[in-house]
Amino acid sequence: MFALICELLSAWAIPLVLLLIPLAGYLRRVRVYEAFVEGAAEGFQTAVRIMPFLVAMLVAVGVFRASGALDDCVALLKPLLSVFGVPPELVPLALLRPLSGTGALGMTTELLASEGPDSLIGRMASTILGSTDTTFYILTVYFGAAGIRNPRYAVVVGLAGDITGFFMSIYICRLLFSP
Amino acid sequence: MINLIWLLLLAGGIFYAGSTGRIEAVTPSAIAAAENAVTLAFKLTGVMCLWLGMMKIAERAGLVRLMSFIIGPFIRRIFPSVPPNHPAMGAIVMTVSANMLGLGNAATPLGIKAMQELQKLSRDRETATPAMCTLLALCTTGVTLVPATVIALRAAAGSTDPAEIVGSTLAVGLVAATAALTVDRICRALYGGRGR
Repeated sequence: MFALICELLSAWAIPLVLLLIPLAGYLRRVRVYEAFVEGAAEGFQTAVRIMPFLVAMLVAVGVFRASGALDDCVALLKPLLSVFGVPPELVPLALLRPLSGTGALGMTTELLASEGPDSLIGRMASTILGSTDTTFYILTVYFGAAGIRNPRYAVVVGLAGDITGFFMSIYICRLLFSP
Repeated sequence: MINLIWLLLLAGGIFYAGSTGRIEAVTPSAIAAAENAVTLAFKLTGVMCLWLGMMKIAERAGLVRLMSFIIGPFIRRIFPSVPPNHPAMGAIVMTVSANMLGLGNAATPLGIKAMQELQKLSRDRETATPAMCTLLALCTTGVTLVPATVIALRAAAGSTDPAEIVGSTLAVGLVAATAALTVDRICRALYGGRGR
């Protein structure tokens, strides 16, 4: 029942927002079309502004992945992290999560297919994907759009969130779903 | 710090590829990533225009004020340096709302907007302010009530209960956000001592 509500909600969330905001605006006598266009105009300069930042970050991450360094980091970390009760299958996801959103999404899809979505590992992977975000992408895009070149300690803060999210996902899923 | 990480990823990757005989993988991956960045930026533009347009309607209709009324007290406590009536506050409120509802593609444009509004409060154009770092902490962890993408993925993989991870995701999100905000406070105190 709850699952059905959530599924409905995830299908309806965006259509509802797109419906309710203009509707509420119209009822409050906002010139909805004109307001929309005015707001949307601000969106364009952003693309041009974030491009150099995105190129810099994606190239570095892309080269790092293609060199095989990421895969070997994973191999190195697997035995180390298994001491802390981290399933080795989840280590690649942990390293990829802050670097690449599409990469992490693909890896989770793979894990769900190979381990099954209702396995403990499948649930852990789902929780990791749902509760953390692509820190480096957010950092690049958000700060790039504002023209910030020096993010100071923001990287540390974002990664602290990711690391906590990863370990907590494993801990809480064990607690909730272990037979 | 970002300089070192960037160099480490790029130079480390090239050295590693060279030493393991994969040097020919570097050029195509660098070029593909650069092209990909531009495509991504343009894709984001469309979504950005859509949600900023919606945001403007929501602003004029007083919906932003309504959301501020609900989660504003909490947000104001986390962002003490932002004046309550500044547009940045409204943008932050909308970003956090979109994150909570799991509206991933709305959260990014609104977060960018919030960052640009925070920039207007900053004196140094190129360096992140403490409020910006706090916003990043909130956005990279984020308390998600409906992790829509994950539920869809699980349903597609044939799960008997795709939404069963809602509870664990929410719990982890809360803990991770608390951790990120705590580290943010500690870093703010540490860096604050160095002048800026």
